[in-house]
Amino acid sequence: MTSTSFTGFRGALTRRRPGVGDVVVFVGVVVVLYVILRVGRGTTVSFAPSDVNTIDTSPTRLPYYAARSLLRMFTALGLSTIFTLIYGYIAGRSRRAEKVMVPILDILQSVPILGFLSITVSAFIALAPGSLLGLEMAAVFAIFTSQAWNMTFSFYHSVATLPRELDELSRNFRFTRWMRFWKIEVPHGMIGLTWNGMMSFGGGWFFLSAAEAISVLNSKYALPGIGSYAAQAISDGDLGKVWLAIITMIVVVLAVNFLFWRPLIAYAERYKLELSESTNAPKSHFLNFLRRTRWPAVAGRLRRRVADPLGRAMRIFGTDTERLHVALGRRRLGDIAFSLIVAGLIGWGAVSLISYTIATEGIGVYATAFWLGAVTLLRVVILIIVGTLVWVPIGVKIGMSSKWSRLAQPVVQILASFPANFLFPFATLAFIHFGLSLNIGGILLMSLGAQWYILFNVIAGAQAIPTDLREAMDDFGVSGWQRWRRLILPAIFSSYVTGGITASGGAWNASIVAEIVTYGGTTLTATGLGAYIAQASQDGDFAKILAGVSVMSLYVVGINRLVWRRLYRLAENRYSLT
Amino acid sequence: MTTTNDTVVDGSTGEPIITVRAVTKSFTGPEGPLLVLDGIDLEVCRGEIVALLGKSGSGKSTLLRCIAGLIEPTSGDVRYRGQPVNGPNPGTAMVFQTFALLPWLTVLQNVETGLEARGLPAAERAELADKAIDLIGLDGFETAYPKELSGGMRQRVGFARALVVEPDVLLMDEPFSALDVLTAENLRGELLELWDNKEFPTKAVLIVTHNIEEAVLLADRVVILGSNPGRIRTTMDIPFARPRDRRDAHFEAMVDQIYMIMTGRHPDDDTGQLETFEQPVSQLTPGDVPLPHATVDGLSGLAEILHRLGDEIDLADLSYELVLEVDDLLPLVDALQLLGFVTVKGGKVYLSPEGIGFADADIQQSKTVFAHAALSHAPLVAAITRGLERSIDGALPAGFYRDILRRSFSEEETQRQLDIAIDWGRYGELFDYNATRDELRLDDDRRATMATVRSTPG
Repeated sequence: MTSTSFTGFRGALTRRRPGVGDVVVFVGVVVVLYVILRVGRGTTVSFAPSDVNTIDTSPTRLPYYAARSLLRMFTALGLSTIFTLIYGYIAGRSRRAEKVMVPILDILQSVPILGFLSITVSAFIALAPGSLLGLEMAAVFAIFTSQAWNMTFSFYHSVATLPRELDELSRNFRFTRWMRFWKIEVPHGMIGLTWNGMMSFGGGWFFLSAAEAISVLNSKYALPGIGSYAAQAISDGDLGKVWLAIITMIVVVLAVNFLFWRPLIAYAERYKLELSESTNAPKSHFLNFLRRTRWPAVAGRLRRRVADPLGRAMRIFGTDTERLHVALGRRRLGDIAFSLIVAGLIGWGAVSLISYTIATEGIGVYATAFWLGAVTLLRVVILIIVGTLVWVPIGVKIGMSSKWSRLAQPVVQILASFPANFLFPFATLAFIHFGLSLNIGGILLMSLGAQWYILFNVIAGAQAIPTDLREAMDDFGVSGWQRWRRLILPAIFSSYVTGGITASGGAWNASIVAEIVTYGGTTLTATGLGAYIAQASQDGDFAKILAGVSVMSLYVVGINRLVWRRLYRLAENRYSLT
Repeated sequence: MTTTNDTVVDGSTGEPIITVRAVTKSFTGPEGPLLVLDGIDLEVCRGEIVALLGKSGSGKSTLLRCIAGLIEPTSGDVRYRGQPVNGPNPGTAMVFQTFALLPWLTVLQNVETGLEARGLPAAERAELADKAIDLIGLDGFETAYPKELSGGMRQRVGFARALVVEPDVLLMDEPFSALDVLTAENLRGELLELWDNKEFPTKAVLIVTHNIEEAVLLADRVVILGSNPGRIRTTMDIPFARPRDRRDAHFEAMVDQIYMIMTGRHPDDDTGQLETFEQPVSQLTPGDVPLPHATVDGLSGLAEILHRLGDEIDLADLSYELVLEVDDLLPLVDALQLLGFVTVKGGKVYLSPEGIGFADADIQQSKTVFAHAALSHAPLVAAITRGLERSIDGALPAGFYRDILRRSFSEEETQRQLDIAIDWGRYGELFDYNATRDELRLDDDRRATMATVRSTPG
């Protein structure tokens, strides 16, 4: 339920380029958001569909709704993949583009997508007025933004760190660019891409369910789908139907995992660069079944028939034979022109943004947003601390026992991809019943989604502790706290950091839906930046949305830089097991 | 058997295919450019096999990549058939040390890649690839994936892939060094057979290696590169008819001679890197005398072996005796020589009295002997110890020495020098290193001694 996942954020962690450039890029991203907002705002007024806000909650409609949701998810996945391949390739191959495109990705990862939902919905409705298509596009776009950045990071990383010998192979044998891309770069990035795709897809459910039913400018929009079904059931206060939605959701997640991701991951094994056969490679029963049918042969023939002419047609993209010698003066001139254009665009946008804010809400909204951000920060910190204390011991226990980890791994994976907002009504009921303020309860709601990443990663880390180290500890009778301090904590540290940064990013994002909750007729509100953004979206107050979203991004980026990245460096330098 | 100090086109008939003129290559380090190749002149002619022989750090692979047009020389030029190379050299195909096979493609598909890059239609590709696969002895393996193959079979795929595009010059970057001894020997033999049968679709071969025997076995001409920066020391013509016999006396003499040239101990050769220094060690900077890449374990092991073998042995014999290659053995000999534990004369190693003392002693004694030798002969170890003794609390950031070393060494070599110095300093109980704080620290005992020395008046 977050836009972040394992290897993706690892990319964000290892890059160390703080400084003026980061600030410039940050401002640049905010400016882009501002431009989207202005465009979206200018066009919303003309459209207000009123016939799309009813969802039939009869259980027989559920399979159809689930199918519609799945279609959205896979459409978004397809778009994310295309975006990933293009963006990742350009960022990985062009020296100049890399300087701008990678920091942009880094910050986009930290932008709370939910805060922007209302704006994108307005913009897309304007694109396709009078039909559901605009809403569909908005929902797909929301899922896309939750998936694309990690996948892109992963692919960029694999393009940029292509082993030297593969690069030399391509150049020495004068590959066409097209060949280099499909025969070397994509296969080399394939494993990272599938794992990140799977994790991002899991996270996407959360955004799907948030995007299918949304209220903007006090009008409610809903698309037929499992998320809107649940939303309708929640606003009707019908717990039985919420349960039905949850069960359907679990079935869908399991089915997609079994029929799509497991086979894909097992298939991607062949793209491993190591030439040694690994013993515990991921396996998939479904893939084995498919392999026994005639389809692979048919597909192979088709592919060969297409690939060859296509490969020759794509020679127009040129060959991988860049000239070695480029005049230094010309290169510098290009660099300067490039920097000037980028700086000019960002500067112009920033001036326009500031004057817009002053003209509407006044620059004071930023101060409010900062203060509220501090409150939400406190929630995130508590969540991480409590989550760590609870899940690290449990995760270690599970990870160290092969029996338990076999059982628990898939369960935790489902927990991590299950949209937590389905569970909100139960929690809300409890809060109302016990009279618990959402100021505290909100932490619990946020953690419903975020904490699993800690557990998931700690399990993986504990599994990776080499048996010989454990046996050595047994042999020397090292046990209790000493064992934790000397072996377990250092060994899981780097996995924990990866889980922690993912959980904290997810928690920020979740705060937008967790700090205001409605069940039946009751609405609970907490003080915090999430509630501020959610409220502003509902009112269509764009200056506030912008302030809220950019301040939240700033918090996320700042904490990543100040806390997580340092911890990660420590993990890499001191506690790496390799 | 001739030794020349210049590049000489040998007696073979061919015209030059590749010409390298005055090529230098430096890489930019944090402390300015670092010279890797210096003033290289070289020709590769039709019909010959040329070996580039050198220790690690001689820039031989860099030179190969300049010729392949994969990296740009800092100055000088590479020409292919008279045309300057600017971008991947169209007349070459490379065989990689690490094979560089695409694991997601079958053997046949791997072999076809070069043809596909040239835009050949599928049918023609398959036909040519089949022929190459036959030639190189891979038939039956067409549909296998590289991970199903043994190392030798993998490198055959590498050869087939390179040969199928019929390059003018086949470039080989240590093609046998990742294989076990028997496989390598077998593959070398088959390669030579193909070459001599004139079935070979290429006109010349350039092979990079650090293995002297391999060079003498394969090449018509051996170009010997010196290290830091890489310069051509000598070019030797190998006049023996193939197939060559390793146990032939002339062959052995040639190997011995090259061995001595490479180690800078050849009687006629005064470019040796281990000349005796006129100045006392205290005036030499760590940049003047880099520490050989030798661990204390390695060099004390070698000292003990020498002692057991009677305190003197022929260098070449020693390498046969220990089944070690030049790259592995030389740093150890260099280190022992630097520390004054051995002397090397006319290709023979003699254990010095200090060396005997070192080899004979028990652990504590040998540490003392070692510490003394390191302080007197290893400038970096001496510099660190002196620096720490003069510091207020006996500790200094390692970065301080890194900065100094960067003026003379690449980033990688800087760290390596420091690592070696730390290894030596720790063993000699001179100083210690704290990784968390990245700090060098004078050994406690030594510090205590220093303190008493300081507090004693006079």
